[in-house]
Amino acid sequence: MKPETGIMIEFPLTGSDFEKAGEASSKIKRVLQQIGIRPEIIRRIAISAYEAELNVIIHAFRGVIRANIQPDCTTVSVEDEGPGIPNIELAMKEGYSTAPDHIREMGFGAGMGLPNMARCADEFSIQSKVGEGTQIVMTIRH
Amino acid sequence: MILGDACKLLEADVVWGDEHLCSEIQTACGADLMSDVLAYTKEKTLLLTGLTNIQVVRTAEISDLTAIVFVRGKRPGRELIQMAAAKGIPILATDLPMFESCGILFKNGVKGCARRVIPGEA
Repeated sequence: MKPETGIMIEFPLTGSDFEKAGEASSKIKRVLQQIGIRPEIIRRIAISAYEAELNVIIHAFRGVIRANIQPDCTTVSVEDEGPGIPNIELAMKEGYSTAPDHIREMGFGAGMGLPNMARCADEFSIQSKVGEGTQIVMTIRH
Repeated sequence: MILGDACKLLEADVVWGDEHLCSEIQTACGADLMSDVLAYTKEKTLLLTGLTNIQVVRTAEISDLTAIVFVRGKRPGRELIQMAAAKGIPILATDLPMFESCGILFKNGVKGCARRVIPGEA
């Protein structure tokens, strides 16, 4: 069964709250499972949402993650208030990261997040203003 | 291979998930970098890791991994075990180091999950 009218879910995110990091993406994943989206599609949506959610927790002060689930696609958008990304082209390179050591010790900050989001999504866009924040929009077709 | 076979080969303890020992493992991945797990693994993969924070369980859940094996004698804390149980992700623990653990599974036919092992090969 696919949603006929669309479902919009939204979760606030708090910077440095590692206890809850991933909870929003986990809830988005559960909703997608309940409405019967194919597992390989859910996996791509969940991974892109989780990477974007983690980026907010790691780098920003606060943010919000939204999933707009339509019959033919899901759009995940993440907005944060944070330091922004000075050089998006560089940030999109695999292996480039500005994450501090304590993040690396948790197993993240390898510079794979943004390229992985772009790879999982059918459409990917990123906008960022230094000193203000970053917006990412990803669409995955069902 | 099923998870129970991997458990025997690695002389591992089942920390949680006895009822999941019949789960199928198609591939395995040894990593302490969850970023790499998210970027390179396939579903139904067995994750071998030395990292014991709760993000390992989150990563396994998001990536549809079959189970987690903690290597080189690492034992997860109660919070991690509770989260894994809530999400239905089996947890094993072995005293073997990462290299030996991966080697034993590879020798017994478990494949890696790299996107491309040899150029031109899918």
